[in-house]
Amino acid sequence: MAYQDVTNESKPVRYLLIAATFGVLALFLFLPLAAVFIEALRKGWEIFFASLRDEAALSAVKLTLLAAAVSVPLNTLFGVAAAWLVTKFRFKGRAFLMSLIDLPFAVSPVIAGLVWVLLFSSHGWFGDFLQRHDIKIIFALPGIIIATVFITFPFVARELIPLMESQGADQEEAAVTLGASGWSIFWRVTLPNIKWGLLYGVLLCNARAMGEFGAVSVVSGHIRGETNTLPLHIEVLYNEYQFSAAFACATLLALLAILTLGIKSLIEHFSGQSSHGH
Amino acid sequence: MSKRRVIPGFGLSLGFSLVYLSLIILIPLSALFLKAAGLGWREWWNLLTSERVFAAAKLTFGASACAAATSTVLGLLVTWVLVRYRFTGRRLLDAMIDLPFALPTAVAGITLTAIYAPNGWLGEPLAKMGIKAAYNSIGVYIALTFIGFPFVVRTLQPVLEDFTKDTEEAAATLGAGRWVTFWRVIFPMMVPALITGFTLAFARAIGEYGSVIFISGNLPMKTEILPLLIVSQLEQYNVPAAAVIASAMLIVSFTLLFLINLLQRWLDWHKK
Amino acid sequence: MSISIHSISKTFGSYKALEDVSLEVPNGSLTALLGPSGSGKTTLLRIVAGLEFADDGPGKILFHGENVVDVPAGKRHVGFVFQHYALFKHMTVAENIAFGLSVLPRRERPNAEEITHRVHELLGLVKLDGLDKRRPHELSGGQRQRVALARALAIKPKVLLLDEPFGALDAQVRKDLRRWLRSFHDEIGLTTLFVTHDQEEALELADQVVVMRNARIEQVGSPQEIFDRPRTPFVYEFLGNVNKLQQPSGKVQYIRPHEIEVKFAAEFDPREDRLAVVQHLFSAGPIAALSVRLDDGQFLEVEISRKQLDELALSEGDQLALHFAADLVP
Repeated sequence: MAYQDVTNESKPVRYLLIAATFGVLALFLFLPLAAVFIEALRKGWEIFFASLRDEAALSAVKLTLLAAAVSVPLNTLFGVAAAWLVTKFRFKGRAFLMSLIDLPFAVSPVIAGLVWVLLFSSHGWFGDFLQRHDIKIIFALPGIIIATVFITFPFVARELIPLMESQGADQEEAAVTLGASGWSIFWRVTLPNIKWGLLYGVLLCNARAMGEFGAVSVVSGHIRGETNTLPLHIEVLYNEYQFSAAFACATLLALLAILTLGIKSLIEHFSGQSSHGH
Repeated sequence: MSKRRVIPGFGLSLGFSLVYLSLIILIPLSALFLKAAGLGWREWWNLLTSERVFAAAKLTFGASACAAATSTVLGLLVTWVLVRYRFTGRRLLDAMIDLPFALPTAVAGITLTAIYAPNGWLGEPLAKMGIKAAYNSIGVYIALTFIGFPFVVRTLQPVLEDFTKDTEEAAATLGAGRWVTFWRVIFPMMVPALITGFTLAFARAIGEYGSVIFISGNLPMKTEILPLLIVSQLEQYNVPAAAVIASAMLIVSFTLLFLINLLQRWLDWHKK
Repeated sequence: MSISIHSISKTFGSYKALEDVSLEVPNGSLTALLGPSGSGKTTLLRIVAGLEFADDGPGKILFHGENVVDVPAGKRHVGFVFQHYALFKHMTVAENIAFGLSVLPRRERPNAEEITHRVHELLGLVKLDGLDKRRPHELSGGQRQRVALARALAIKPKVLLLDEPFGALDAQVRKDLRRWLRSFHDEIGLTTLFVTHDQEEALELADQVVVMRNARIEQVGSPQEIFDRPRTPFVYEFLGNVNKLQQPSGKVQYIRPHEIEVKFAAEFDPREDRLAVVQHLFSAGPIAALSVRLDDGQFLEVEISRKQLDELALSEGDQLALHFAADLVP
């Protein structure tokens, strides 16, 4: 008789649990992912590519890239600054500041759009001012960008703070005693130690920025070819019953998601540490 | 003199963080609460107890709670298997857990709808059994489970990985079977993480919009969730009502977040 | 370069880490800050380095007569070796050592060739030749510590500060490195201040030992002075291996086990001696340890040579007379 490991389940139980896990994940994760591609190709490759080459689709892609290109660097800058602040220094209000950084996680995307409408729409706080100077924020590009910035605000900071906290400030202090300036310390000591975490934070932030739907939907006004990002374009196509076209555009975002997860796995593999972020 | 700091960059990072945080988060959120506070208590009360809001809240909180509970049970199973067993495909499964984080909600929304619609892969067999999944509250529940599931796994995973096997070995030497050991030794140690995971999934589900609105059907009084109600109030230019509903939702969400913080702090304190 | 510390105080919130501490570290000396955890020794070291700032007040820190209180850490020219070394994980050994030189302003920075030369010189000095391409995780604890030392020395510091230099090492490596550091110090002659909680380490290694307790300095002196003439009960007890004897007057007398003279019970002199009974005998090794019970029931540890043990022919249960030579400590 084989010895039974006391801290492990018997073989049948183990196989049953593994099978159940495969079942759950197949149903919840693989099936939806496969469905995106199958639905997209249901009417053949020609329709698929035509949907992607459509002018409105191209403009949506452009707008999506633009929104990400502005919001990701901004939030990366903030994430690095905030992480430096709360992990290298102790000061009054530090814990409070950290909970403020988490705040946007608890805000519904719809509300993240609504707040900008309250400030900048024609009936909003700054509505008169904006109208007089002929500045358009809501139902225009700036609105889409600020809504995206709000939604993706905490991602880089959230990834960096636990990482930098666990590394402490020893190496930075050593660099100080060796005469290094603030910039030298950041570029030559801190950044090399956090680069993988930072990269993952940026990727996650980017994935959210390109995929954001609720917040952007509230501020965009759905002007086809003008203020539709890719997720909004998908919604429009779907509501017009152009299912194959909608799913064709969805494949782009699904591929982005797969790419993000793939790079995350690679980062974990190379850096030898797991980054379990939300 | 004692205010000086050794590592440079305190003033710069504090200044930038505070200005950015205020501009992007604090001022906009205050604007929302101020707008909502412009209405009196009576109007708040009337709005929040109106039939349509009440129905939407019931659906939102009910479906979110059911979905978070389902996520917790499934998350426990999946985390256990991923952490404790070694098998082919484990790394792939582990990487895929984050799919709902990374997949845009609109894509999740149309895809789940396609699967659970009456003519969809799973919708059709379900319909034959007399279960209407999409365009029904069940659809809302399915979408929210999809969204909340990774929160539970990612909260539970580090906790379970940190368990040393010696407590289980101790239980085994004391004569406990595997099942007893699980329920009386392992499970109690995981309860805090399960509660945290549940609350995170629940908080996320309350605010969820993109993945729900396609599958729910959006019938007022029946399958309308709170975020959608905010959008429809906004589209009818009823901005104050939108602000009040949004404020009430935020208060609930922030309270949940605060409770998790308290729980976490209490646990840290207990560990010491 | 000498270090003079004048009435330095430090509080963290309501916690007093240092209270009006003054200390002279002579030029070229190897001085140990010895004390239990929480005594303030590491805080004092970090204040000298400029990694922590003393409270506002009259406090001064002089390097060779020059007040450095307002000089930032990077300009104090101190070599600081951290307890866990704080090596730059992503850099090679050579890059770690070269760091302090490579961050100098362009005008003062040596060229690449000079830096390489200096790095190899330092590697030779700390006996790590050939390891320049390694990364910190490929080194043993003792090697890491020497890399940290070489890195600190690369900037030609005026003083060397070491925080628990042997704290993270195995017992055997500790002993070897301790001797090595002593001869290394004699070789380079740099004023060195190090923190330790290990009294044996402080007594064996230092020229001057500073015993700290509860944010204050308890006693300063040579290892010999500290060991032979502890000024307070705390120093006595912290140095360890001491008997605490309750006098009938209520006073406490401290006596080291080897300071007790042992005689035959027949030689008992009631004016000066005490009678005792042998409880246990530990006679493995050159020194024999006796555990004895006094006539009033107190227990004492006594150390005598093996030779004397054989002469006395003691065994457990025997009676003997003890004569105490040590002074009373108030």
